[in-house]
Amino acid sequence: MLLLKCPCCGVEGEETEFHCGGEAHIRRHATGSTDGEFASYMFERKNPKAVVFERWRHVFGCGKWFHAARCTVTLEVFATYGAQVLAPPKPVIAKIKARRPDWRQK
Amino acid sequence: MSFSEIDGSGAVLVAAQRRVEMVVLKADLSNKTTRATLKKLLGGPVPAPRKIVNNVAWMAPDELLIMVPDGSSADGLVALLNAGVKAPVLAVDVSDARAVFSLKGNHAREVLAKGAPVDLSPGAFGPGDFRRTRLGQVAVAFWLEAEDEFQLVCFASMREFMFDWLVNAAQKDSLPGYF
Repeated sequence: MLLLKCPCCGVEGEETEFHCGGEAHIRRHATGSTDGEFASYMFERKNPKAVVFERWRHVFGCGKWFHAARCTVTLEVFATYGAQVLAPPKPVIAKIKARRPDWRQK
Repeated sequence: MSFSEIDGSGAVLVAAQRRVEMVVLKADLSNKTTRATLKKLLGGPVPAPRKIVNNVAWMAPDELLIMVPDGSSADGLVALLNAGVKAPVLAVDVSDARAVFSLKGNHAREVLAKGAPVDLSPGAFGPGDFRRTRLGQVAVAFWLEAEDEFQLVCFASMREFMFDWLVNAAQKDSLPGYF
């Protein structure tokens, strides 16, 4: 079971109080993009073992969206951070590196 | 307050309250001017995150739930808030969209702890705390009205289900006696 802390309301809850919104930091390809780019945006998702970045919504709480960095193997949550960013902030990367020194951001 | 349905057969008294007048306010609560205006209009401070003060509850970073005191009307408060706050704001009367329950008894914490993924031990959840979460599969919010009395609010469409759920959870000899 994941234990997530909502950065919007500060609630530390377990995952049934939240809803996962899939992979985070996806670049949208729409008007003016090639069919390949659009297909990739629409259908292709990374599926790494270990560190992932996801979007989550505090659906039974404050209702806000946020980001979470977690491990798919151990279910450890490294950090949660606000939804208004295009990439994981440096403190989040630092927290992941502290726990997973071998991990490289792609 | 008056009740439409009461069940005292269990270890905790479960009561569905008659229509409680309440208003939802959407506004940017991080804005200092807005906070000052709200303080004046509501006659009390804007509650801190996850808190309830003077029947004004913090629902989200941009949302308050205001229980209208007896003797005044939700309509009046809606008009006051919508006209009084000089920032993008929306106040709506949600009295008919919500159901309110009282849980009274020494073991009220245990009844809620059966269905909500929340630390309800007296040290972690006390008077003045307000928590939005789920109870079973129902979205709810609850707070302590007194040391042994919880108030719980959910959507009106869930009223009957919620009442039955609470009565079932409060059955005698079914509580773990953890707190």
